Amino acid sequence: MIKAIVFLPLLGFVISGIMAFIDTGDDKHKKHRLDLMAQIATAAPMLISMVLAWIVFNDVGLNGNAYVVQVMTWIQSGDLDLNWSFRVDTLTAVMLVVVTTVSAMVHVYSIGYMHHDPDVPRFMAYLSLFTFAMLMLVTADNLVQMFFGWEGVGLASYLLIGFWYTKPSANAAAIKAFVVNRVGDFGFVLGIFATFVIFGTVNLSEIFARASELNSATISIFSGEYHAITVICLLLFVGAMGKSAQLGLHTWLPDAMEGPTPVSALIHAATMVTAGVFLVARMSPLFEYSDLALQVVTIVGASTAIFAATIGCTQFDIKRVIAYSTCSQLGYMFFAMGVSAYSAGIFHLMTHAFFKALLFLGAGSVIHAMSDEQDMRKMGGIWKMIPVTYVLMWIGSLALAGVWPFAGFYSKDIVLEAAWAAHSAVGGYAFWLGIAAAFLTAFYSWRLIIMTFHGTPRADEKTMAHVHESPKIMIAPLLVLAFGACFAGIIGYNWFIGEGAGEFWANSILILPTHTALEDAHHVPMWVKYLPLAVGAAGIAVAYVMYMFVPSLPGLVVRAIRPVHKFVFNKWYFDELYDAIFVKPAFQIGRELWKTGDKAIIDGIGPDGVASTANDTAVRVGALQSGYLYHYAFSMLIGVVFMVSWYLFAHAG
Amino acid sequence: MVNFPILSILTFLPLAGAAFILIMRGDDVVVANGARKMALWTSLITFALSLFLWFNFDQTTAQFQFTERHEWIPGYNISYYIGLDGISLLFVMLTTLLTPICVLASWESIKTRVKEFMAAFLVLETMMIGMFSALDLVVFYVFFEAVLIPMFLIIGVWGGPNRVYASFKFFLYTLLGSVLMLLAILIMYIDAGTTDMPALMAANFSPGLQKWLWLAFFASFAVKVPMWPVHTWLPDAHVEAPTAGSVILAGVLLKFGGYGFLRFSLPMFPDATVYFTPLIFSLSVVAVIYTSLVALVQHDMKKLIAYSSIAHMGFVTAGTFTLNVQGVEGAIYQMLSHGIVSAALFLVVGVVYDRIHSREISDYGGLIHRMPAYGLVFMVFMMASVGLPGTGGFVGEFLVLVGIFKVNTWVAALAATGVILGAAYMLYLYRRVVFGALTKESLLKIKDLNAREIAVFAPLIILTLWMGVYPVSFLDFMHVSVENLISQVNVAVDAAKVVTIAGN
Repeated sequence: MIKAIVFLPLLGFVISGIMAFIDTGDDKHKKHRLDLMAQIATAAPMLISMVLAWIVFNDVGLNGNAYVVQVMTWIQSGDLDLNWSFRVDTLTAVMLVVVTTVSAMVHVYSIGYMHHDPDVPRFMAYLSLFTFAMLMLVTADNLVQMFFGWEGVGLASYLLIGFWYTKPSANAAAIKAFVVNRVGDFGFVLGIFATFVIFGTVNLSEIFARASELNSATISIFSGEYHAITVICLLLFVGAMGKSAQLGLHTWLPDAMEGPTPVSALIHAATMVTAGVFLVARMSPLFEYSDLALQVVTIVGASTAIFAATIGCTQFDIKRVIAYSTCSQLGYMFFAMGVSAYSAGIFHLMTHAFFKALLFLGAGSVIHAMSDEQDMRKMGGIWKMIPVTYVLMWIGSLALAGVWPFAGFYSKDIVLEAAWAAHSAVGGYAFWLGIAAAFLTAFYSWRLIIMTFHGTPRADEKTMAHVHESPKIMIAPLLVLAFGACFAGIIGYNWFIGEGAGEFWANSILILPTHTALEDAHHVPMWVKYLPLAVGAAGIAVAYVMYMFVPSLPGLVVRAIRPVHKFVFNKWYFDELYDAIFVKPAFQIGRELWKTGDKAIIDGIGPDGVASTANDTAVRVGALQSGYLYHYAFSMLIGVVFMVSWYLFAHAG
Repeated sequence: MVNFPILSILTFLPLAGAAFILIMRGDDVVVANGARKMALWTSLITFALSLFLWFNFDQTTAQFQFTERHEWIPGYNISYYIGLDGISLLFVMLTTLLTPICVLASWESIKTRVKEFMAAFLVLETMMIGMFSALDLVVFYVFFEAVLIPMFLIIGVWGGPNRVYASFKFFLYTLLGSVLMLLAILIMYIDAGTTDMPALMAANFSPGLQKWLWLAFFASFAVKVPMWPVHTWLPDAHVEAPTAGSVILAGVLLKFGGYGFLRFSLPMFPDATVYFTPLIFSLSVVAVIYTSLVALVQHDMKKLIAYSSIAHMGFVTAGTFTLNVQGVEGAIYQMLSHGIVSAALFLVVGVVYDRIHSREISDYGGLIHRMPAYGLVFMVFMMASVGLPGTGGFVGEFLVLVGIFKVNTWVAALAATGVILGAAYMLYLYRRVVFGALTKESLLKIKDLNAREIAVFAPLIILTLWMGVYPVSFLDFMHVSVENLISQVNVAVDAAKVVTIAGN
């Protein structure tokens, strides 16, 4: 079963990938038939995979039948022994359901969205490739297979961001995504090595079994002696920061919006970017033994939550606003992890997957309606023309802002409550920043809705005349996701964080008895419970005042706080900073090493110097012919002379 | 089976084919065609024969297998002695695999002196196989040096406009290494009284002598690898060489150095190996970072890949000297996968060079519009080159880094930055060549891969993925030999320690 879930998308990828090479020439009908076949070849396995994933969820999550399947050996070298294998426990089952469901919906949605694209089979193939890699990631039973999936989703993400390869900006964004992720991966692999050195294995079951026993172990790394588990966790967390676009390594995510919108929904909102969160939850049996690592996770998560939210309030590109929102929500998930409320973080991951995918696909529907316009300043006044999309965007935003009874209400509240209930300095830091971010979240969500749908139309007449509701094939998956955005919170509450949580998660997540934040989160004061809701309402109200009732206000505010706004609008200048300290110097140093190092110094002193001397000599002797064969023969001759003379010596001796 | 000289036949069959090609007479076109076919068939049969080795190799012993020994210079303990262990077998396979691919790749691109070119290539194959299977120092030296003759011819006769400079450079570097190595060989013979390599591995040279011998061999191997700072010949040689020349240079000849370290430096001079490990580590780390940065700014596709080769070989040298199983096996694996991947990347460049006659990156752009199959092939090998898991490139790099991490975390971290830089320069290259809009006049009519080119790439793609997904089928060959090698070093080093302590 699990093999079918994982490999069906791979099958779809291969079939559709082959179709991508079939040249249909100018025959439109033939092309449409081919596109249709590719869509079926990828979407059908994906839907089957989704159904199977739900069955596994029922079996493993609800009936507690976790298991591990070996497929075959992978790498075997000395005491390093790796298998291709699938680990299916509750954590995996949750991820399976999230990944396959969103992916299946995105596959279906793409049939409509990519309808006019000349490269439909290639697009569908990439989507399926991504899903396969993501499933390998969440089912891995050892860190290296997880890394396989990790890099695999990176590859698919790279291919999909750069899908429209004639656009230079898309190509640049694709490279940026891959390389920035590689920086994170650098930490991940070092984490794997450190794990191997300490535990003598990289298989999860064995690592978890020995974690408490090795709690006192130290590792000597970078000329120092440190607590081994802390080092491992921090290194792995660097990887998580890259994939999940956390503060410092987040710069690739907004640029990744260059890819087609279904990609943004699937990869850059619902699944791939949550891989880092998954990694931390998966490694909870190690993180639990390192308070320092947990604190770092909390601080980074909380900082990202507020940082990205501020930027989200200033952007005009509809997709970028949602991208920064994703970044910010991932921050929430991380600080939940940091206060040992792993299941709350995963709960938020699950609900977020539904409502954020809904928002992205809804945005896609808007973009589709507006003839590929993404700038919100050129939208407005279209809510009556695309009412279904409008309602769906409302549902997504309500869930995102955490309004009762939508999904985000349940998950965001428990995350914030857990942060408060941690009763620690970092917990408080996370709680208050989280509250502030919740206000901003509600604000930018309604800023988006109002700018996009209300007010006077700002698009040209031609575009406005063309505004239309999306076809059924695009709306249907949106409805499924909207269902999740409405009810995933209520339905999942009991299993994920309520009474049934202990039984549900079983052994897939470890929380030490001393870490009680999640437990205490159920017993926080009333004001903690209602504050998120209150700031959410306040955020919505402010957005209405600023953008609906007094449209001149935003301009005034921006003018009043110009330097701050400029700083935030320019994304805190991270891109400029990195460009100045990494990218430009790398090229400069490279050029310098090449021209000065290789050419002037090494060649100058070495071969060129010797050669010119040799040439001088050659000219003087006058008998040398140019041509290397001669020289070579000469060297052989020297060898022969040596041999022979030695032979003679020995013989004589 | 024991008496059947399979290894000698394998070694000299290509030479016989070359002789046959050279005596062909008649009309130029007919001879050229005959030479091509003859070369292809000879190399294919050689490959088929090498499969016999693959299937009959006993993976449970570190003993040399398929050995043959004949008195050569009686009374001086010098004999024609060849054989294979789990390390050299895989390099022989790599050689026999790449030769027919090179022949096929030169099918149309070599137009002048086809006969001589094909003959040179077969001679080259004989020399390479002989080098990897030699078990006598003299036999080794002969093959090791003689391999350069056909290589020089290939670059010199069929090479680019600047070939004289390139060969001059190569000559100067190699000369230095060769002379010193020969000197070392003589001293070893004087000291141990034999040129039998297995015997020399068991011989104990005094620690002081070991250092000198180690340095002499190092001079030769470091040039071959090439290690920083004796690497500058490689970009020039690659740029000037015809495609097949680059393929075999990157695919097999670069492995001579790494193989030499494993065959000589480690087992014969273990004390010196331990002593000089810091030197190797520093040079390797410098190589990885330095050449990756240089690769980033190259304008010439071949130069870029040449520099990336040097960076990848930096992993090999570092891994070799970790003296633990993962490091050494990783180094060998990295050599094998680099042999496939960099060879394929040079073929990838060759494909467009054949069409446009330019290696300048700026002359390309948007190839994907006309050449989707080419785009896919390039993508696969680019990803293998950056070490994406699931490709052969990952396994070697990963094992090497695991090995280094066990020994020195600084070296591991610094070397791992090469993985980031590698992604940067390869993706940047791919973007400029394959992606983007197709606007250049010269590219508007460019054709995608033809059947012959697909036949060249298909086996390499399959191997790359196979090596990435199921590396055990290759690793299993080397386990016993590598463990034996490492224990040889450790035993010798421990013994030396005991002596020192006793001496105190």
